[in-house]
Amino acid sequence: MPPTATTSSNGHGSAPRLVPDEPVVERMARAARRRIPAADLNERDPDFIRERLPTLWLLMSLYFRGEVRGLGNIPEDGPVLLVGNHSGGNIAPDMWLFGLAFTAYFGVERRMHQLAHNAVVSFPGLGFLRKFGTLPASRENAERALDRGAALLVYPGGDHEVHRPVWERNRIDFNGRKGFLRSALRADVPIVPVVAIGGQETSLFLSRGEGLARLLRLDRILRLKVLPISIAIPWGLNIGDFLGHVPLPAKITVEVLAPIDLRAELGPEPDLDEAYALVTERMQRALDVLAAERRLPVLG
Amino acid sequence: MKVGQTLEIAAPREAVWDWVSDPERYLHFMSGITRWQVDGTRARGLGARYRMLMRVGSAEIGGLIEVVEFDAPCELAWTSVTGVDQRGRWRLRAVSDDRTRVELRLAYGIPNSGVGGWLAERASAPMVTGNLRRSLAQLERTLRHEQLREAAARRRAGAVS
Repeated sequence: MPPTATTSSNGHGSAPRLVPDEPVVERMARAARRRIPAADLNERDPDFIRERLPTLWLLMSLYFRGEVRGLGNIPEDGPVLLVGNHSGGNIAPDMWLFGLAFTAYFGVERRMHQLAHNAVVSFPGLGFLRKFGTLPASRENAERALDRGAALLVYPGGDHEVHRPVWERNRIDFNGRKGFLRSALRADVPIVPVVAIGGQETSLFLSRGEGLARLLRLDRILRLKVLPISIAIPWGLNIGDFLGHVPLPAKITVEVLAPIDLRAELGPEPDLDEAYALVTERMQRALDVLAAERRLPVLG
Repeated sequence: MKVGQTLEIAAPREAVWDWVSDPERYLHFMSGITRWQVDGTRARGLGARYRMLMRVGSAEIGGLIEVVEFDAPCELAWTSVTGVDQRGRWRLRAVSDDRTRVELRLAYGIPNSGVGGWLAERASAPMVTGNLRRSLAQLERTLRHEQLREAAARRRAGAVS
């Protein structure tokens, strides 16, 4: 009997309802999906965010010597899709730095959401992320946030990009994912590229471990296509990065680029491949400039 | 956290007041300030509101502020409406007809931010104090240049007549 599709309660679209003799892998995948919290935009808590800003500021200013440029490129109000390159493994310090800078600049009153991998939002102990406005990554949730007038931060490269090896640190790699373009076009909002450098120097990232992830069926169970391998403090050899790591104090610089209006630049019905090339090429150019400014790894 | 800086400036109190009470001039002399923009229709005086940001460490911090005291030419104070809690104050005291003691105070913080907030306030204090010190020095330089320009204009006018 084939699996019957049904609609999940968390805004993730369909989740298969399976027969009792379903394979173990499918049962585990279903259990993992049950852990994904329902997406509720109202869980974002401005007071909670505000009270955590000083600690974030401390960490980002003194430990990572963070620098964020070009926040004035973000439209003063209204929905906007902030598209970033993702670095730093599961700690992703550039995401925290940009979140701090955005919130300090526009105030906690301006609604901002972030999309994160299902494995992140359902990981035990990370429930507090929902108070920061983090939502499970899905097109439905992106549309909900943009329809609500939010600034939505997405990292199209996701787990593929964030765990890239250190020698690819200055490369924009969205792995061909174009869902963000469909979201921007559907909501008719500008795309503001957010380019960061330094995050991939916070550990010695060696491999995405895609073969290992396939071998362990993690792609089926947790939608994880990678099982990253790195040398990281305090573990030494760090496989999976499930418990995070202590990042090296690499200097992180973030540059916010001018907004891209896809319809204004590519016509009323933009071709997705062309739009993808436009966004990623502009981001790569900005990343190349940031890389040229950088004199030494970690020190910046 | 409360920080402040004082400087004696060789200029009449009214001349200093013209600068510190004019929002259009803040970006010219305030160090670290990246925005000081009028919000609403009232540009000066009691109840005027500004959107302000100061670069401190890795973020531009500030919010919407409102002038709550406007006693020309000696006292101007503001308090925050949104953003980081803050109270700021300019105090101008005449030392003589052409000298003014200028004091700029700023108290800021985020309530209920715990140990992180306590540490962040102390870590940021030298940066904020530095911005205030450089602002007063820049104000002093600006006023001196203004006086030089006025004196030069008077000399030119005298030479022509």
